[in-house]
Amino acid sequence: MRDPHIHFAYLDERTKRMIRRAILKAVAIPGYQVPFGSREMPLPYGWGTGGIQVTASIIGSDDVLKVIDQGSDDTVNAVNIRRFFQRTTGVEVTTDTTAASIIQTRHRIPETPLREGQILVYQVPVPEPMQHLEPLEVETRKLHALQEYGLMHVNLYEDLAHFGQIATTYDYPVLVNDRYIMAPSPIPKFDNPKMHMNPALQLFGAGREKRIYAVPPYTSVESLGFDDHPFSVQRWEQPCGICGARDSFLDEVITDDRGGRLFVCSDSDYCAKTQAAGVLAAPSL
Amino acid sequence: MYVAVKGGEAAILNSYRLLAQQRRGDPAVTELSIDQIIQQLRLAVDRVMTEGSVYDPQLAALAIKQSAGDLVEAIFLLRAYRATLPRLAYTEAIDTGRMVLSRRVSATFKDLPGGQLLGPTYDYTQRLLDFSLLATGAAPSADTSTHVAAPAPREAAPRVIDLLNHEGLVEDQAVPEGDPEPFDLTRQPLRFPADRSARLQNLARADEGFLLAMAYSTQRGYAESHPFVGEIRFGTVELCLVPEELGFEISLGDVAVTECQMVNQFKGSHTEPPQFTRGYGLAFGHSERKAMAMSLVDRALRAQELGEEVTAPAQMPEFVMSHSDSLESSGFVQHLKLPHYVDFQSELELVRKMRKAIARQDTGATPDPKDDAHA
Repeated sequence: MRDPHIHFAYLDERTKRMIRRAILKAVAIPGYQVPFGSREMPLPYGWGTGGIQVTASIIGSDDVLKVIDQGSDDTVNAVNIRRFFQRTTGVEVTTDTTAASIIQTRHRIPETPLREGQILVYQVPVPEPMQHLEPLEVETRKLHALQEYGLMHVNLYEDLAHFGQIATTYDYPVLVNDRYIMAPSPIPKFDNPKMHMNPALQLFGAGREKRIYAVPPYTSVESLGFDDHPFSVQRWEQPCGICGARDSFLDEVITDDRGGRLFVCSDSDYCAKTQAAGVLAAPSL
Repeated sequence: MYVAVKGGEAAILNSYRLLAQQRRGDPAVTELSIDQIIQQLRLAVDRVMTEGSVYDPQLAALAIKQSAGDLVEAIFLLRAYRATLPRLAYTEAIDTGRMVLSRRVSATFKDLPGGQLLGPTYDYTQRLLDFSLLATGAAPSADTSTHVAAPAPREAAPRVIDLLNHEGLVEDQAVPEGDPEPFDLTRQPLRFPADRSARLQNLARADEGFLLAMAYSTQRGYAESHPFVGEIRFGTVELCLVPEELGFEISLGDVAVTECQMVNQFKGSHTEPPQFTRGYGLAFGHSERKAMAMSLVDRALRAQELGEEVTAPAQMPEFVMSHSDSLESSGFVQHLKLPHYVDFQSELELVRKMRKAIARQDTGATPDPKDDAHA
């Protein structure tokens, strides 16, 4: 499967070492965005080049890789990235969350809890959580350095004032290790609590913006909120239409042109496992 | 019944096949050769080399062929190829004053040492479709049948900037103290404030269309800079290397480049007398539009350094440099094609919830304790 004409994991070893140094720094300062010499990859910026570079720098021949996009192993982009690593490393790949040593993800955290020794690599489009409030990096860097996060809190408060609730549903800002406010990447806020005190190492790669950051195992990750309007996650009134799970993030599927809807797990591995475990599926709608 | 979306791998492989078919087109038509692209689409090759940051006409032509003529895609291919190439050595700085000129134009002096040399340019063509080119395999038209002799070796053509410099009328841009190694944009992340070496690299790799629009905006009241083309020159320069183990210069060959020196009025500041300031543009091959746009934007970006009021996008380094790269912009804009099911689901749910809340307000109903549950 491995293409012998391409260096292991595509990147040259000097580049990998440079990226690993950035990762080490990121792990040492949880939530801090470390600039790194991001390379042009054979996949486009915005399609996971940050995650791909992180994975390429840490992957070894004995790793087992899982790649998901929107929670699923079978979406085209996930397939494409998995194929890239199969072609360039020949490592074993899996869709089983528990079997993987490295999981590269876009937009989800697997439903199955992670364990020590696993690494979750996030693809990050916009690493700066305040970019939509202050586009100048020179300024946001200062705000981080001074731990001056009033801008962020005012923004959330304005949501409350206008809409009666916080209107951010994904890429919901978090405070890491009581120090840095961090963008969790566009995962639904449903996934935010999974980051907190997670036994796995969480690495974040932003290729186009050239930043790497990390949440080391067992680190506090707190979603921003207010005492009288605490952070809350999405809930659904019905279980998954395929496996019957009641604790997973559900995607809405339109089944006909008469308003028919079906809600199914976004995490395809979790859905398959729950099904196999024999939980009765709810009658499909 | 809903079936989970599967089959991504088969779809990708089919897509490859369709793409290859479309790229090749009708097999009855002769396939395009790399040499044809190098020879007959030279300006496309030059642009791909410039923004792809690799001087290699063959690879650039290959990229153009592979991308079916989508130059931004070709630039992407070339960049991805170069990204992991080892850095073996640094060449000596090229000396454009010693360029073997194919073309040299100054808009500031009617005549000057070395003279004006029109050379190959579309500038004074009448843009009428030449239907004789429609016919394939026809005899060359009368214009090209008389071969233009290569210009005889010319007298030295010093750069216009150097001529102005003798009088102190143009700002001096001496080599910085200690001649520090320039910033390397391909190895280090861009951070702000960025020095001029980083800026010039960024602009040299910048998308030509973006740079052109930025430059144009400075001519329409957004950062007025009163520019004059001091000089545009296109030709070949020798590329030299001093290997450590040898200690002397060896020539690696010639590269074709286009250089533009823009001269801009400057009324002076409390530290500087009135003089002309400079904007600089350099591109591989024959890329005048790119080099000129680059020099205008380079000058505009010096606003803060020169004590000018920063009011327009073209004067804002973070704005210009963060949005100039076609790989970055094309990639991120087009990533919107990727699935966003999860995020959209979250938004859908929020909008429904907010609509429910408003409907309740309208009917004066009391809030539902299960307010947080949906769907």
